[in-house]
Amino acid sequence: MTSTSARPRAVTGPGRSAPARATPSRRGAERRMTGWRLTTAVVLAAVVIFPLYWMAVTALSSPGALTRPDAAVYPTELRWENFTRPLEQFPFLRWAANSLTIAVVSVALTVVINLAAGYAFAKLDFPLKNVLFLAIVGTLMVPVQVVMVAQFNLVVDLGLVNTPTGVVLPRLAEAFGLFLARQFMDAVPDELLEAARVDGAGALRTFVAIVLPLSKPLVAVLVIFTFMWRWNEFIWPLIVLPDPDAFTLPLGLRFLQQQFGNDYGSLMAMSLLSILPMLLVFALFQRYFVEGVARTGLR
Amino acid sequence: MAVVGAAALEQPPRVQRPGRRSRRRGEALAGLGLAAPALAVFAVFMFVPLVMTAYYSLTRYTGFGDPRFQGVENFTQIFGDPLFWRSLANTAVFTVVSVPLSVFGGLGLALLLNRALPGRGLLRALFYVPVVISAVSAGIIARWIFNENFGIANRLLSGVGLPEVGWQTSGPAALASVVAVQVWTSLGFAMVVYLAGLQGISGEVYEAAALDGASRWRVLRSITWPLLGPTTFFILVYMVITSFQVFDIVVIMTGGGPANATTFLVNYAYDTGFQQRRQGYAAALGVVLFVIVMVLTLLQWRVGRRREVA
Repeated sequence: MTSTSARPRAVTGPGRSAPARATPSRRGAERRMTGWRLTTAVVLAAVVIFPLYWMAVTALSSPGALTRPDAAVYPTELRWENFTRPLEQFPFLRWAANSLTIAVVSVALTVVINLAAGYAFAKLDFPLKNVLFLAIVGTLMVPVQVVMVAQFNLVVDLGLVNTPTGVVLPRLAEAFGLFLARQFMDAVPDELLEAARVDGAGALRTFVAIVLPLSKPLVAVLVIFTFMWRWNEFIWPLIVLPDPDAFTLPLGLRFLQQQFGNDYGSLMAMSLLSILPMLLVFALFQRYFVEGVARTGLR
Repeated sequence: MAVVGAAALEQPPRVQRPGRRSRRRGEALAGLGLAAPALAVFAVFMFVPLVMTAYYSLTRYTGFGDPRFQGVENFTQIFGDPLFWRSLANTAVFTVVSVPLSVFGGLGLALLLNRALPGRGLLRALFYVPVVISAVSAGIIARWIFNENFGIANRLLSGVGLPEVGWQTSGPAALASVVAVQVWTSLGFAMVVYLAGLQGISGEVYEAAALDGASRWRVLRSITWPLLGPTTFFILVYMVITSFQVFDIVVIMTGGGPANATTFLVNYAYDTGFQQRRQGYAAALGVVLFVIVMVLTLLQWRVGRRREVA
């Protein structure tokens, strides 16, 4: 038993399907299976992507073209009015700039705060460390909507209504980033830090010289997820930014929806524009979305 | 100098101790210093608001003037409030339907795309795209797709000879459309987490099963699924929490209608707090939401632990 099983594995390498390659009929079955998997996956992907495709088609069509019952499901024309008209009528670019400011500042602050705190909680000893960490991680269970009334009154008292600061600051108190950072730093081998310490480096120097250079994957994950959350966020900016000039893109989209009602061409065009930056970030850093989930201990 | 040196040689621990103590003090200072920004942010913007929320929930407060203390009045009112029960029931139904769909859908996709396949990377990315776009855009797209008169959903239905559905006028249909969008935007997340979980299962287990001649279904049921237990547990907790927080897509798609058929807890809390300015009542609703989420999480945690032990 053991000798027959060991031989094909040694020949074909450590792949999972190695034993299956032993006989031709099995290989055929395997290939047919792959064909089925591929077909199923492609069909499902088409279904999942269809709404986005439909958004693009609608954005490029004239208003009347898609309300006819016999309208085609592919683009029959290329019209840019749906893009140009709302861009002229509404401060869309300003909203985009607001969104970008909020997202970028949030990302920078989140990364700095969580890297420092993650290292402190993972590798340094200080009074009340475990109590504080538990208290912070415990807030993972607090949906943001639970404290939104109190947070809003705080923002009002600080005079931060209608400012990007009012959106950014309260959202820094998000336990997810700190949790990820601590998990990640925990996995940095102690021997490495000990070696630096023997060389006479203090806790801070060790952090800057040893831990930070190792933290690139963590930084990537924090950057991507924070950018995504802040760029897409709706309820909190909705509360803090009542002035249309201070709107972020999601608030602007909702405003357009209230203005345009059923002019879906314009709505789709603006939705498309608003998600393009996010799609670009995703396309560029796609690897980290998947790796981040795997590496930082989310499983 | 020589004396000190001799003393150090004779009793090394005594000399070393002060050094270690100062180093420890230095470490504590560095630790507190590095953690300080996070601690400050959490103190001001999380722990203070939590205490404030607890206090508000016991008051009558419009956002102007001072909160008026009134004991547990808000909570007694909530328990007699038909709209609260309606929104709780809606949220529960929404969760019970959408979470399993997302979890099993995500597992299916992960199994489909785990092993080598042409274009696997691209396919994975495509399934993840709805996760990265904003819920507001997702809602706007869905509103157009589910438009009763011109939407492509009804056109497809009548195209295959099925009756058209009143996505905005019928309560259950509206709820179903919101569920569909929620599943659409969370499937990819479950898939990615499951893919990470599948990576953690060693190939040897499968080889052993293949040698024993176990069928695919049998392998899935007796090996993959149990070994993915912790993954499933994490996804479940995460998705239940997020589904109790759903707000954006509802505001955009249905506004809670028709006749409150899609009013969820957070929508209700937002309306009372920021539209009707009953902030004390809204805070009390927040407290109830917190208790529900916490109980569900602890419950899942206990069930998950028992299963791990068994």
